[in-house]
Amino acid sequence: MNELLLIETVERYLKGEMTQKEKDFFEDIRKNNPAIDQMVVEQTFLFHELDKQANIKAFKHSLYEVENKLAEEGIINKSQLKGKAKVVFLWKKYKRNIAVAASIAGLVSIVTTALISSYNNNIGKSNITYLIDKMQVTEKKVAQLDHTIKEKARLENPTNPNYRATGFLIDGKGFIVTNAHVVSRMKTIYVENNKGDYFTAETIYTDPVLDLAVLKINDTAYKTVYNLPYSINKSNSDLGEQIFTMGYPRNEIVYGEGYVSAKSGNEGDSTAYQVSVSVNPGNSGGPVLNKNGEIIGIITSKNSSADGVVFAAKSKNIYKLIEAAKKNGDTSNIKLPNNAGLKGLDRVQQIKKMEDYVFMVVGN
Amino acid sequence: MTNSEQDKHLLEGVALNDRKVIESIYRDNYPMIQSLILNNNGNSDEARDIFQEAMIVVYEKAISGSFELHCQLKTYIYSVCRRLWLKRLQQLQRYGSLAENVEETVSVEEDLEVHEKHNADFIMMEEAMNKIGEPCKSLLDAYYIQKKNMQEIAVDFGYTNADNAKTQKYKCLVRLKKLFFAQFKNGL
Repeated sequence: MNELLLIETVERYLKGEMTQKEKDFFEDIRKNNPAIDQMVVEQTFLFHELDKQANIKAFKHSLYEVENKLAEEGIINKSQLKGKAKVVFLWKKYKRNIAVAASIAGLVSIVTTALISSYNNNIGKSNITYLIDKMQVTEKKVAQLDHTIKEKARLENPTNPNYRATGFLIDGKGFIVTNAHVVSRMKTIYVENNKGDYFTAETIYTDPVLDLAVLKINDTAYKTVYNLPYSINKSNSDLGEQIFTMGYPRNEIVYGEGYVSAKSGNEGDSTAYQVSVSVNPGNSGGPVLNKNGEIIGIITSKNSSADGVVFAAKSKNIYKLIEAAKKNGDTSNIKLPNNAGLKGLDRVQQIKKMEDYVFMVVGN
Repeated sequence: MTNSEQDKHLLEGVALNDRKVIESIYRDNYPMIQSLILNNNGNSDEARDIFQEAMIVVYEKAISGSFELHCQLKTYIYSVCRRLWLKRLQQLQRYGSLAENVEETVSVEEDLEVHEKHNADFIMMEEAMNKIGEPCKSLLDAYYIQKKNMQEIAVDFGYTNADNAKTQKYKCLVRLKKLFFAQFKNGL
């Protein structure tokens, strides 16, 4: 069936404009032709999204009108200068804008960079016509992929993950810590261990201020791990302390080492360290360990305009996070690990023991 | 009316995009939120933004149909705004804890997560719309967003008849669909 005709037919079908006979005929086609069925599903989704778009826009329009009315009445402050002389005010505002602009330009969360780079590749090279052709090919491939996945029945690969980052176990029952900015972008979350097994996971608590999140693996295929070999450090680390990290900047676990270069993070943020270690998009959420194999931090972001300036949230924030999760009614009773199983081992052994507990976090 | 009956009435109004109801919610809650934000490193423009976003969160909950408030609407709005503002402060790297009155708050994490997903969808659609180019964008906007009928659209856009406009609309829809789903499928 030609696509234009199909799209028209689907619209009539969804709007209920078909006669009963037409409808029966069409439903018959749907049943026997998975490709058409898929198109109907996609189009229903698209119409639904368009509808939502229309409603939200109409609602926003009402908000603007109400705002304007109340601003006239003085209930809502207009964007106005308050009290201080104009120049001073503007300067203050300007100064802050500069700071904001600088920090936005300078500090890019690692997962964002990944997204932006892949996105630009897609639009940068091609004009729209080319793009559309390309999509058709992709669509076909995706349809095939969907098909094979369904055949296999058991979930092996999440379909088309858009984002990749890192996380690690903080409780063998399947609780993983990663960054809040990682999960906030994902609708469906999967974690993958270094053997390539995928598990579904859900967010149980996020704290955007600490930029940390706890995930729980809710997949029945996951087996509880006893005795995680590491501990989570409550105290601060010293300048110059040797550290190492593991993460998934590629589809394979990558090791990196460096040192603590400052006791505070971006703009004096005392809840983070600055570390010097090589990281790339995808490292977000990875553990930072000291030479004794104690977790001292979680890789969060890097300064995109300077080399080797990486920020890691301090590990004591994990305790805060779990505490806060409990206060907010989380009953999973997470027990943070407190073992010294990595102490005294050489680095290769430490990595071997550790890598089973560092997961790739992917989602779309 | 008791408080909860009144809140229920307000939520129904929000779901129907009833301007009077929206106005009364603004009147009752805006001053509180404005002072929260002005007292915590924000300006009045930011207060407007935050309140608007909170209203959209309320709207999304209201139209989801299953909405039951477990607290007063006022408390809910305050909690949402507080969370949104903390988040914004963090994004802007303006550190400092909130200096606030001991206002009662409820956990709104889940709702905000849902809201972020909606927001992402909204942006995705907006981007797809921006990419299809003119006259497609205006045509689809007129039909699907502003809900004009095909006759009006044909006149507005200068098509000789509604059928031609309709054919064009479907062509545009095919393009929109491809662009929209491409954003889902063109991941890593």
